[in-house]
Amino acid sequence: MRPPEELRSDFPALSQAAHGHPLAYLDNAATTQKPRAVLDAVRSFYEKDYANVHRGLYDLSVRATEAFESSRRRVADFLEAASPEEIIFTRGTTEAINLLASSAGRSLLQHGDGVLLTEMEHHANLVPWQMLRSLGIRLHFLPVDDEQGTIDWNRVEEIAKKHRIRLLAFTHVSNSLGKVNPAAEICARARSLGLLSLVDAAQSAGHQHLSVREIGCDFLAFSGHKMCAPTGIGVLYGRQELLDLLPPYQTGGEMIAEVRLDQSSWKSPPHRFEAGTPNIGGAIGLRAAIDYLQTVGLDAVEKHTASLASYAASGLASIPGIRILGPRNHRAGIVSFVLDKVHAHDLVAFLDQEGLALRAGDHCNQPLLRKFGLAATARASFYLYNLREEVDRLIEAVEKTRRYFAG
Amino acid sequence: MELDELYREAILDHARHPRNFGALEECNRSAAAKNVSCGDAIQLFLRLSPAGRIEVVRFSGSGCAISTASASLLTLAVQGKTAQEAEALFEKIQRLLTGTSAPQDELPGDLAVLAGVRRFPQRVGCAMLSWHALEDALRTGEKNSV
Repeated sequence: MRPPEELRSDFPALSQAAHGHPLAYLDNAATTQKPRAVLDAVRSFYEKDYANVHRGLYDLSVRATEAFESSRRRVADFLEAASPEEIIFTRGTTEAINLLASSAGRSLLQHGDGVLLTEMEHHANLVPWQMLRSLGIRLHFLPVDDEQGTIDWNRVEEIAKKHRIRLLAFTHVSNSLGKVNPAAEICARARSLGLLSLVDAAQSAGHQHLSVREIGCDFLAFSGHKMCAPTGIGVLYGRQELLDLLPPYQTGGEMIAEVRLDQSSWKSPPHRFEAGTPNIGGAIGLRAAIDYLQTVGLDAVEKHTASLASYAASGLASIPGIRILGPRNHRAGIVSFVLDKVHAHDLVAFLDQEGLALRAGDHCNQPLLRKFGLAATARASFYLYNLREEVDRLIEAVEKTRRYFAG
Repeated sequence: MELDELYREAILDHARHPRNFGALEECNRSAAAKNVSCGDAIQLFLRLSPAGRIEVVRFSGSGCAISTASASLLTLAVQGKTAQEAEALFEKIQRLLTGTSAPQDELPGDLAVLAGVRRFPQRVGCAMLSWHALEDALRTGEKNSV
């Protein structure tokens, strides 16, 4: 990988100061900054090739359609999907999971079926499934056993057999703990028990090599904005024979085959699930982001962020009164922590004054934090452009804040 | 440091040693307020006299230094006031912190330390949390509404 000091210069937003210090952007689990290659690709598309897709018979629309569909092919490549028809563009992970829950709730899942989730799911992979309760679909949960994020995946079999589980939906990387779940192993287990599987890859896409072929999942969702692409573009991957069985999520233009006043028929996937004018510019940006990340090298990105996180976790651990969540080994680029007698909200306000951008809160993980007796944590999350010296600044600033509040 | 204006000594003192902290069993008004963005949650308990005067006020819950100190200051400020006077104070502090009031409209007494929050819009919600619970308790908060 090109050194992070050099990669930083690809990201215009990172050269700014914050409260008189160089900005240390450590909120990458929330969203990532954008490289010039992505910004330029989007701008160039709007300047040269923009029109609506799939309908104009003029050259400009043909070019826009080709650019949009080539983005879909690029995503299919990136995920090692069997075909571009397995790639549905959405607004992001949240919409992808809502789409799947809503459509599967009216097709693949029957009254009395169960959906198995874990206790570490982001609200976006929990609440859409809760909405299916009115259809008689029940939710079950694999417990998280400790603050390291340990889940006993052996329990899947027993729960599946007892509760007529039809689908297992789980996060690849926990956005609050940095725990990496063994996706391929889990999906193999699901398949052997006859369960469908959904991987929430919001925190792993663009942060490590990600292949639906290797993972062996039925569905996978991710957001572009957490991997250098613009906001408002994301993906639901689904195996073709399953997508064929799903009814539409939203309806309107673009997704229909034939419309009569009293009834309509649908296009085949993926267009069946893309009602209305899509986020064409976003898809172009996502393609550019994938190009950028693959040039940098995803294995190197994974190694770099994991190394920063483990460096941060061990450095922070020396601060009196600190409690660090997440696994001791094999941690993704995320470190959540709380400081005794200093509320996370106060802590990040102090870190902000030192030019360090971190999130504090429940990270859309209320059930998990409640289980740990916490309402909020501070969270540092890393990406390819973060530096060890930023971690040093973080550790020093946390210690300084501790001393301030100790009085 | 800029933040010293927000985290004044009096704020830190109230955050470390909140006054009137802990549930009040014998209350006749109570309300809860929650800040969904950070998870802060405060319960406010009031005992109103038949004449409508606040005889006892306490709070419980967990929050950041700003929300805890503001709640602690609130209990001192509204103790002994009538419901109408307390509501007037709520409106005054809301006007001051959300920037719709004239600068000369200073906060009375110890509450003046909260004025520093004005420069940190992202923390106004923290400072206002207990005050919203107060308003809720006074207007609608029948006992056991927590």
